[in-house]
Amino acid sequence: MIRLEDVEYFYPNGHKALDQVRLEIEKGEVVALMGENGAGKTTLLKHLNGLLKPTRGRVLVDGIDTRKATVAALSRKIGLVFQNAEDMFFSSTVWDEVAFSLRNFGYEEEVVKRRVEWALKFMELDRYVDQSPFVLSGGEKKRLALAIILAWSPDIIALDEPTTGQDQLQKEKLMEMIKLLNMQGRTVIISSHDVEFVAQLRPRVILMKKGKIISDGGAEEVFLDEEVLRSCNLLPPQIVSLTRRLDFLGIKPSLPHPRQLAEEILSKLGEYKI
Amino acid sequence: MKIIEIEDLSFKYSGSSSYALKNVNLSISEGEFVVLAGRSGCGKTTLLRCLNGLIPHFYEGEFSGSVRVNGMNTSETPPYILAQVVGMVFQNPDNQLFALTVEADIAFPLENLGLPREVIMERVEWALKTLNISDLRDRSPFELSGGQKQKVAIASVIAMKPKILLLDEPTSSLDPLSAKNLIDSILELNRRERLTIMISEHRLELLLPHAHRFIVMDRGEILYDGDPRVILKDDLLIYGIPTPRVSEVARHINASRHSLFTEIPLTVDEFVDELRRCLDDKARGC
Repeated sequence: MIRLEDVEYFYPNGHKALDQVRLEIEKGEVVALMGENGAGKTTLLKHLNGLLKPTRGRVLVDGIDTRKATVAALSRKIGLVFQNAEDMFFSSTVWDEVAFSLRNFGYEEEVVKRRVEWALKFMELDRYVDQSPFVLSGGEKKRLALAIILAWSPDIIALDEPTTGQDQLQKEKLMEMIKLLNMQGRTVIISSHDVEFVAQLRPRVILMKKGKIISDGGAEEVFLDEEVLRSCNLLPPQIVSLTRRLDFLGIKPSLPHPRQLAEEILSKLGEYKI
Repeated sequence: MKIIEIEDLSFKYSGSSSYALKNVNLSISEGEFVVLAGRSGCGKTTLLRCLNGLIPHFYEGEFSGSVRVNGMNTSETPPYILAQVVGMVFQNPDNQLFALTVEADIAFPLENLGLPREVIMERVEWALKTLNISDLRDRSPFELSGGQKQKVAIASVIAMKPKILLLDEPTSSLDPLSAKNLIDSILELNRRERLTIMISEHRLELLLPHAHRFIVMDRGEILYDGDPRVILKDDLLIYGIPTPRVSEVARHINASRHSLFTEIPLTVDEFVDELRRCLDDKARGC
């Protein structure tokens, strides 16, 4: 449903931000774009809803060439939540902020009301309806940005660095939400360098470096390749590093759930009668 | 000597209906490395602002209790005096950098203090060298990476030779390797320069192994204050605290094999050492 064909993108200053990117994402996938700051993750996300158009190659969303569609039309299919949530805000109240795009899409006021209420409640922002979006805390602003997108319910949801500045409880909620959206059949694409978060989510992981895709596979496969991770300024998840040190118990490097690893260690200790 | 002493501190921002800090008592010794954690909005940033005098001097509200740093009462001491004892680094380094070169950025507050030229040059050299960024001296702060910017922000603060360094989520926008790099520099400042450090962070796996003290806040109150290896025996997710994955594995093991781990390990090394010790004890027939 998303197809990037040999996409290259040059910023006006001549910087090549995407280099020969070839990528297909199927409906219902959860994908994490990872890599250091400046690797091209955000640039790639902005190509999906047509905010940026490829200098060479093409981007197809549901078969539509993004160069031939408006951002408004693409936005019905794909919602992008910016890294800096504030960039999305301009209304004087939290309520209007969420209602704005729904009204723009031409929904009836009754529907707008229901959707805004639902989205704000889901993101636990309902007590702020009359406040200015700009006085919210950093974590709340991020949730509001997400509520804006959720309200119109696009099939593809792209989140740019959603865990930045979020505490662990908010991260767990975000994880649940991504899983819920995915269960509804939606495609979720995030960019992140939060290795621990992505390790827990276990999506398809795409590593980017200097505008190129250098690795693409399951979370375990990618996170076991320490050399490639380091070349992207990423560290392996702690639990992978732990499994690498447990060969004296006969445990192989992997990306297990902590409970799973605990059971494996206990059973090995059992063999040693400890 | 206690370098920070807080007694019965409460604070409510004007216009807010609830207290951001409630009856906080805390004392910190010189040279301690303190990690502060808790949910967003739990009062971490407010507490840090009370230590450098931003509260009550810049933020209006209801303030009660007392805060002393290096013996000075923050309510009665003007912020520019406090700034020579307490330095603060924020989440977003862009808010702290403004000069045309890294060198000028570090020198600026020293020039404001009216220090002699030789002293300023000496301090700038020292700060650049301590953060290992001498090669960035002539660069513009705005063309640097996030991690480099944050190091420049720290350099400009420590050039004032403060006794206390406060850091408010300094790694939140950095990639993991840059974050590790920055944290290593901060640890060095504590070890080599004996700087008292108080750092608020969500990324705990890199910090906690080195913390002398771990403070967990919720709704403006201090809930836990002590050794992280003891505190993390409990699951603190409801307070927004992530458990390092190795600690979680150890906790699961302890749940079925009571106290195989006497202390909760925070790093891979600690985990492996403890497990090997168990095996060796067994081999020796203990």
